Amino acid sequence: MIERTPILNIVTHTILFTGLAILVVPIYLVIVAASQTLPDVMAIPAKLLPGDQLIVNLKAAWVEAEFATKFTNTLILATGVVVGKLVLAALTAFGIVFFDHRLRMPIFWMVFITLMLPLEVRIVPTYAVAANALSPFQSILDVTGISWLINATTGVEVALNWNLLNSYTGLIMPLVATATGTFLYRQFFLTIPDELVEAAKMDGAGPLRFLREILIPLSVTNMAALATIMFVVGWNQYLWPLLIITDPAYGVAAVELSRLVPNMNTTGGDIPNWHWAMAGTLIVMLPPVAVVILMQRWFVRGLINTDK
Amino acid sequence: MRRAYFKNNWVAALVVTPQLLIIFIFFYWPTSQALYWAFTLEQPWGGGNEWVGFENFRYLLSDDRYWHSVWVSVVYAVCTTALAMGMALILALFADRQLRGYKGVRIGLIWPYAVAAPAIGLAFRFIFNPSAGVASYLNYAFPDFWNPVMNGDHALTMVIIAGAWKQVSYSFIFFLAGLQSIPRSLTEASAMDGARVMRRMWDIQLPLITPTVFFLVIINLTDSFTDSFGIVSTMTSGGPARATNLMVYKIYEDGFRGLDYSGAAAQSIILMLLVVALTFFQFKYVERRVHYS
Amino acid sequence: MAEISIRDVRKSYGKDEVVHGVDLAIYDGEFVVIIGPSGCGKSTLLRMIAGLEAISSGEIAIGGKVVNDLEPRERGCAMVFQNYALYPHMSVAGNIGYALKVARMKRAERDAKVAEVARSVGLDEFLDRKPGQLSGGQRQRVAMARAIIREPEVFLFDEPLSNLDAKLRVQMRHEIRRIHNRIGATSVFVTHDQHEGMTLADRMVIMNKGTIEQIGTPEEVYDHPASVYVAGFIGSPSMNFLAGTVEAGVAAIRLGNDGRIDIAAERAKALDGKLVQIGLRPENLSMVAPGAGAITGHFEFAEELGSGRLYHFQFEDLTLTVLSADKHSFQPGQEVGLTADPVHVHIFDGATGARLDTLEPMRRRASLEVAQ
Repeated sequence: MIERTPILNIVTHTILFTGLAILVVPIYLVIVAASQTLPDVMAIPAKLLPGDQLIVNLKAAWVEAEFATKFTNTLILATGVVVGKLVLAALTAFGIVFFDHRLRMPIFWMVFITLMLPLEVRIVPTYAVAANALSPFQSILDVTGISWLINATTGVEVALNWNLLNSYTGLIMPLVATATGTFLYRQFFLTIPDELVEAAKMDGAGPLRFLREILIPLSVTNMAALATIMFVVGWNQYLWPLLIITDPAYGVAAVELSRLVPNMNTTGGDIPNWHWAMAGTLIVMLPPVAVVILMQRWFVRGLINTDK
Repeated sequence: MRRAYFKNNWVAALVVTPQLLIIFIFFYWPTSQALYWAFTLEQPWGGGNEWVGFENFRYLLSDDRYWHSVWVSVVYAVCTTALAMGMALILALFADRQLRGYKGVRIGLIWPYAVAAPAIGLAFRFIFNPSAGVASYLNYAFPDFWNPVMNGDHALTMVIIAGAWKQVSYSFIFFLAGLQSIPRSLTEASAMDGARVMRRMWDIQLPLITPTVFFLVIINLTDSFTDSFGIVSTMTSGGPARATNLMVYKIYEDGFRGLDYSGAAAQSIILMLLVVALTFFQFKYVERRVHYS
Repeated sequence: MAEISIRDVRKSYGKDEVVHGVDLAIYDGEFVVIIGPSGCGKSTLLRMIAGLEAISSGEIAIGGKVVNDLEPRERGCAMVFQNYALYPHMSVAGNIGYALKVARMKRAERDAKVAEVARSVGLDEFLDRKPGQLSGGQRQRVAMARAIIREPEVFLFDEPLSNLDAKLRVQMRHEIRRIHNRIGATSVFVTHDQHEGMTLADRMVIMNKGTIEQIGTPEEVYDHPASVYVAGFIGSPSMNFLAGTVEAGVAAIRLGNDGRIDIAAERAKALDGKLVQIGLRPENLSMVAPGAGAITGHFEFAEELGSGRLYHFQFEDLTLTVLSADKHSFQPGQEVGLTADPVHVHIFDGATGARLDTLEPMRRRASLEVAQ
């Protein structure tokens, strides 16, 4: 459209630049701190230009926080969440959309409700479940009297126990237990024309073959979108790993990062190693930011279509 | 509605079972446990839980500290939502003009979404640190001008700014998508009708993205209530003097530090009700949105 | 006065040129239809007149004033969009009156004007409705009213009827023409539908691949198509084309192995030996006894049109169609002679597709004068 709006264009650029600055300046200050020595970081007045210690500090933070191990664990966590979501969500959506059975809508709602309550609000009991993932079944057996029956008849004490604390399974499973993704697939599956299903049936393809050879290939872009979102979500997990991981061998990056700066109330006035902490911050934020920038198109599409 | 289905219900059962099992164990069971705990009290010497009805809630609702936590959470939620959405909306409206450099601006406004909450928390804790960095200038000139370590209002402000920073990208992405889904011919028609850029924003674009605005208000509020743990934990640990003791953080503190499962469960239930109410409100609105267009 | 003058206007997107130097003069008060297949650049041309697209080079003037750099709102044009582009959140009255509101007309004055225009297009009962509650035809009227109320010097229509069903389309077509006659503003109407073009236009502009193939009254375009392209595009059922060679000795064009179409001797002399494409409209061909016609076709099948029949014949490897009110019952494969009145034989250059002559002296000159 032809528009002669020179002043408004300047205003537009100014507003956008200010917005960019608000988002970028904090990270710039992080980079500055990460490239200085501790005395420089704490100098008054502050030094606002980067120093030459970036590599040194990155290395120090890497070693200090044992990021080699933590990155591997975080990667396993993020990959687990991505794969778990991609597979489970596809299967469930397939079951909800392409089969006509009485439980279709109840299952739909059961899955749908999980969207409402994020892990954070049911964190305490979820932790208890992670301590023994079979406790639900134990309780059911106890309450229904089956435990007693088994004990009485066979003399075996029923004590189901599967501890997920300090394990990858424990890290990943609760994060997979929501409906994000299922809805992305469902919305996409609903756009698949009936004729395609009918044609597949005419050609003698069973449901699983239809899923594998027609639906999955058609869903590739949706899967890429979902995978990008889930990777970021998985990588950035903090509260859940903080709770269930006490063994450093299973620690993840975000939690370890927070340990670089001791809690305010317990430091007793010691100056934290800000230069390492900021270097660590850079290290931890880099992978998901890189993924979002590189996969921008999928990421945006996934975010908008999953409605989170 | 679909008319072509597969008939083999065994396959259907097979494909939905894994997810149902997982959500049973990690969603429905814990949620019901929360209910159970909220209405019972653990016996000090073991021997299971005693049914206490609404006692836990009564205790909670008569606790000033809880109400303080609720108040702080509401302030935090409203302020981060308003700040983040206001900024995102203005940026999206102007970015949508797609002047030179649009693509760069877009990516520059999107990437913060990917930064982990603890990383944001640490970065802002450093930046707002009273004895170093930018804030030190101000404190140098006006002693005690800024001290989030000691001053609760300062701490809450700092947490709100960090929280808002975290949310801007998400809202921006949705606003931009909303604006770009407005048919171009509408903008063109209003240009032919004589409306200039700002007028079009006000008369055409803003009214047409009100559904997105409502959607984002709910999502941002929900997020602020539930997803603030990482920031509070790394920035203030709820302090000073509980000034930033948001509901989610208090649940964690009471449940895992205080080992008061029943109290934490009751708090969880209240937070759940809050979130469900917000979601319900959104669905009511989404229904109307469908009718609207 | 709002004549539109377009001089050597080009439009490119990056390296891709989609409009290649268009020259067109539209007279004040004229109804011009720009017609062509999708992707021919007709909508782009219209949008350049509106100011919705910048022109890459050339010059557009409205009412004698060059508007190249003027914003859409400064050009005095009103536009009716293909999808109507009604503001979904405003009532019908709000939609119609929006331009006046932007122009800061007083509320009372504006309401009176909206009511008046709404009445003129039969919308007075719907002023409080939202566009979503209207039928397709009613939305179309709102779009029209929104354009009319501004009393523009130029009306631009971008395929405004293509979303309507066939019956409504004809009805709205008549209405548009009535409104044009009443208001007398210059109108430019873009369509891909030749019926709309033929029925609405004072003059038609036929575009193809970013250039203008022909400008003329509907009658001229139909009777004297300037190129094979125009000849094939205009007219339904469409024209038959045959390749042939002019032989001055027999005053005819030889077609294939044994076909022969007679033409006037002086025309044959002028074109002797030339490879040509001849065009024959189905209604200008007639069926005669086998051997008696210029060419002999093998009957394939006939389509019943009600008012007549369209007969399909095989001639060598071509299909020829003949439109006739006569009801014949041929057997498939039956030989039928086909003949054409020399006056109605269109001759085009075999290589370039350009028209090689006019059939008869331009006795339709008058129509152009009327248009002016």
